[in-house]
Amino acid sequence: MKREGEIRIPSGCAISGVISKSGKSINGREMITSISTMHDRSNGLGGGFAGYGIYPQYPDLYAFHVFYDSNKSREECERFLDRHFDIINLSKIPVRKSDKIIAEPLIWRYFVEPLKTKLKDSKLDEKEFVSKCVININSNIEGAYVFSCGKNMGIFKALGYPEDVGEYFRLDEYEGYAWTAHGRYPTNTPGWWGGAHPFGMLDYSIVHNGEISSYDSNRRNIEMYGYKCTLQTDTEVITYIIDFLLRKKGLSLEEAAKVIAAPFWSTIDHMDEEEAAQARYLRAAFSNLLITGPFSIILGFEGGLMALNDRLKLRSMVIGEKDDRVYMASEECAIRVIEPELDRIWSPNGGQPVIVTLDSCKDKIFIK
Amino acid sequence: MKRIYVNEKWCLGCHLCEYYCAFANSGKDDMAKALKGVKINPRIRVEEGEKINFAVSCRHCEEPLCVKSCITGALTIKDGLISFNKDKCVGCYTCIMSCPYGCIMPDGSGHAVQKCELCTKNACGEPACVKGCPNQAIVFEER
Amino acid sequence: MAVNYLYPEYEIVRDTNKCIACRVCERQCANEAHWFDPEQDKMVCDNAKCVCCHRCVSLCPTKALKIVKSDHTFRENANWTAKNIKEVYRQAGSGGVLLSSMGNPEPYPVYWDKILLNASQVTNPSIDPLREPMETVTYLGKKPTKIERDKNGKIINNLAPQLKLSTPVMFSAMSYGSISYNAHESLARAAEELGIYYNTGEGGLHEDFYKYGANTIVQVASGRFGVSKDYLNAGAAIEIKIGQGAKPGIGGHLPGIKVSEDISKTRMIPLGTDAISPAPHHDIYSIEDLRQLVYSLKEASDYKKPVIVKIAAVHNVAAIASGIARSGADIIAIDGYRGGTGAAPTRIRDNVGIPIELALASVDSRLREEGIRDSVAVVVGGSIRSSADLVKAIALGADACYIATAACLAMGCHLCRSCQAGRCNWGIATQRPELVKRLNPDVGYKRLVNLVRAWDHEIKEIMGGMGINSIESLRGNRLMLRGIGLSEKELAILGIKHAGE
Repeated sequence: MKREGEIRIPSGCAISGVISKSGKSINGREMITSISTMHDRSNGLGGGFAGYGIYPQYPDLYAFHVFYDSNKSREECERFLDRHFDIINLSKIPVRKSDKIIAEPLIWRYFVEPLKTKLKDSKLDEKEFVSKCVININSNIEGAYVFSCGKNMGIFKALGYPEDVGEYFRLDEYEGYAWTAHGRYPTNTPGWWGGAHPFGMLDYSIVHNGEISSYDSNRRNIEMYGYKCTLQTDTEVITYIIDFLLRKKGLSLEEAAKVIAAPFWSTIDHMDEEEAAQARYLRAAFSNLLITGPFSIILGFEGGLMALNDRLKLRSMVIGEKDDRVYMASEECAIRVIEPELDRIWSPNGGQPVIVTLDSCKDKIFIK
Repeated sequence: MKRIYVNEKWCLGCHLCEYYCAFANSGKDDMAKALKGVKINPRIRVEEGEKINFAVSCRHCEEPLCVKSCITGALTIKDGLISFNKDKCVGCYTCIMSCPYGCIMPDGSGHAVQKCELCTKNACGEPACVKGCPNQAIVFEER
Repeated sequence: MAVNYLYPEYEIVRDTNKCIACRVCERQCANEAHWFDPEQDKMVCDNAKCVCCHRCVSLCPTKALKIVKSDHTFRENANWTAKNIKEVYRQAGSGGVLLSSMGNPEPYPVYWDKILLNASQVTNPSIDPLREPMETVTYLGKKPTKIERDKNGKIINNLAPQLKLSTPVMFSAMSYGSISYNAHESLARAAEELGIYYNTGEGGLHEDFYKYGANTIVQVASGRFGVSKDYLNAGAAIEIKIGQGAKPGIGGHLPGIKVSEDISKTRMIPLGTDAISPAPHHDIYSIEDLRQLVYSLKEASDYKKPVIVKIAAVHNVAAIASGIARSGADIIAIDGYRGGTGAAPTRIRDNVGIPIELALASVDSRLREEGIRDSVAVVVGGSIRSSADLVKAIALGADACYIATAACLAMGCHLCRSCQAGRCNWGIATQRPELVKRLNPDVGYKRLVNLVRAWDHEIKEIMGGMGINSIESLRGNRLMLRGIGLSEKELAILGIKHAGE
């Protein structure tokens, strides 16, 4: 049977996320509790989490989380890392062994910074350098797969139900200001650890529920700009599109939302002239990055979360608010289970982005 | 009132209107049966010139000379439509001589005339010449 | 000639029980195949004059006529087919180059018919175009390479000039001369009503049609007929025609007999002279020359109009397209070997060029490999026969399609492929006034509008089935395609999987 990446696998899913706007600590346990209530939306073939602010001891280093099929691939990858980065710390990621999590790869974590000379020679900016290195490892080193590479954030994912994955990675031992979680329901494959969500690129992480119909159109377009879709999953291509729009093109989150869940032409015709001109421009300029078909996503980034539905809202998603916290989930139960008394609960419209940032990041218009 | 108008620019002189007219007023249900071996006597006639063709049929004039000249009241005008009552016609042909367009003609029996009545008295429903024109040169419309 | 080597290809069959001798066949056949014989008191015909255009069949009020292929035969020979033999006879008789019209009719593979489309089931809902918005609006032109902002952070509109299409279809180039005034008027009015574009072809723009400029693409071909500053600025875009699918490597040819008063004025050439376009543009002998012409035209039109470069699909089309994409052109139009023409040497029409499906796939892939697909829009033509072909073309990577044969069919053409004779019984490919008037633009334009609207409905149905609600999400979406009965090599060029994979 073909593995993820060799074949495209559609999947349904559950997603959940939480952020404390004032930056207070949230324990990983809360996310495990939240996602576990949506157990039936997963089928045990993939679960995962992303935590932001979880590595305060190394806030300025890139935290690489890597799956290896074998020690041979680990050695090859480490040789590559040595050539391009200063490795400040490396270790196995601590796990709690369980018979619910099987087919484990080797799982390593590295805190690194790019070698100054290499970076200079590359004539790339630092983030581009890091992302190029990650794409290089994932497409060229057999058996090695970097699944998290941001600063002060980390992705944890595995084959299994999400709550079991959370226990396995001992997430109750991590504190962060924001979390996202994902339970997966792939339709025709045994699944693969690397194919689980969240999918990350630098500090962007995506959890996604849906099956986009524009996949190949999006993939073929984004691959022109140095990305390589090795997994053939929706989440992967959405992550690259967001990285491209935000980091490479310098769009704001709202603007990026207008590209990937663009307003209908008929809606644009009813906007005021300035807004309409901007919407028309974005649709015409990035027409191949429009995403159609059902999706609900939660994008994690340094300092915030963004929730977004496809423009027809073909997937469920609700937003809950309580004090300084904002919750986002596929189903209300996943929010109520960790916060029964909400100040407000509502359902965003299709294509309407819900952007929540740390109060300290509020003035940042552009997230690069 | 809707009338038949002809745009000579688009008239091809194909004469199909004449055949459709003859068929519509034949009372038969098959064109071959109606017109095979028959010399047709249609109520619309195509005038052919060097470079111009023009199908002519009753204009349904607002002040029709034919109605005025009819000695028996066989021709009447009602709601703009000039109709013809064969039972009253004596075949004097005064109307034929008074029509400036040449749109009334003997009906072939020698005892009466015939003219376009916009297919109101046959099974066609709407003017057959209009329906059958291949180039929309004949139209039935309000102007 | 004492010996006639050619037996008529078609036979006119008349059901004498039905024929009422109304003589419409006689009056409508410009080839004079029918006439009434008073001696026999019946209609008779000369099969040798019939071109199988169906004008008589379509107008016969009693359906008494049909045209059948003659079953007259040579002694069977799989190598020397009747077609081969007859062409030798014709050339031995005339000493001339064989001429043909419309697109390549030979039985080469039609890849559109070997590609199947996808639809959603369970995991992803199909979308109902009657209940949800379904978008086919298409912008053609370069995408910006960077986002620019003013001092307040507002995005500056730095889009290169674009063509906005309400649906991804345009009427491709057919010159005034090759087709009639009324055919042009029909196309222009239909383009205006549909919110798309028609193309003047290389024969200039009749002064009556300047008013449709907002929906007109003006063409500049090697003969430069009718080209002036006013002309260049009259349309919404300018197309440089390098080649066309029916006759790659040679220019257009309009016989002097077709160069009437009006055409002579529009083309800016003397009355009655042959209008023969040179094979190449004599100011374009290489790709850098093309760049100069692209920018000359942009200069002449104040950089306000997209420039299209149209080429025929030939063997190295991908490399040529890559060069064009870097020449400053905004849109590349590629014409496949089945593209139509008003007149082409038969040997060239039937043997030169490649299928548009393969050309499109390889051009789109090549431009993406080079990372320049966004710097140019790709429009394809050369036998888009239906909305299904069109959807497949978009999914292979085209931004929009050009249609011309389908447009002619909508106006009444029956593909008799005798345009070069100038006696088009349907009033399309002719300049004879009595024939031209057979195409009433009120009728012609409405039928064109109907056709494109019908296709638009079908495109929306097909897209909805795939769970796609905007045409841009179909563009280049090759996962929506599967090949059927294709070799590994063909699948690889098309960049699609086989059905069942």
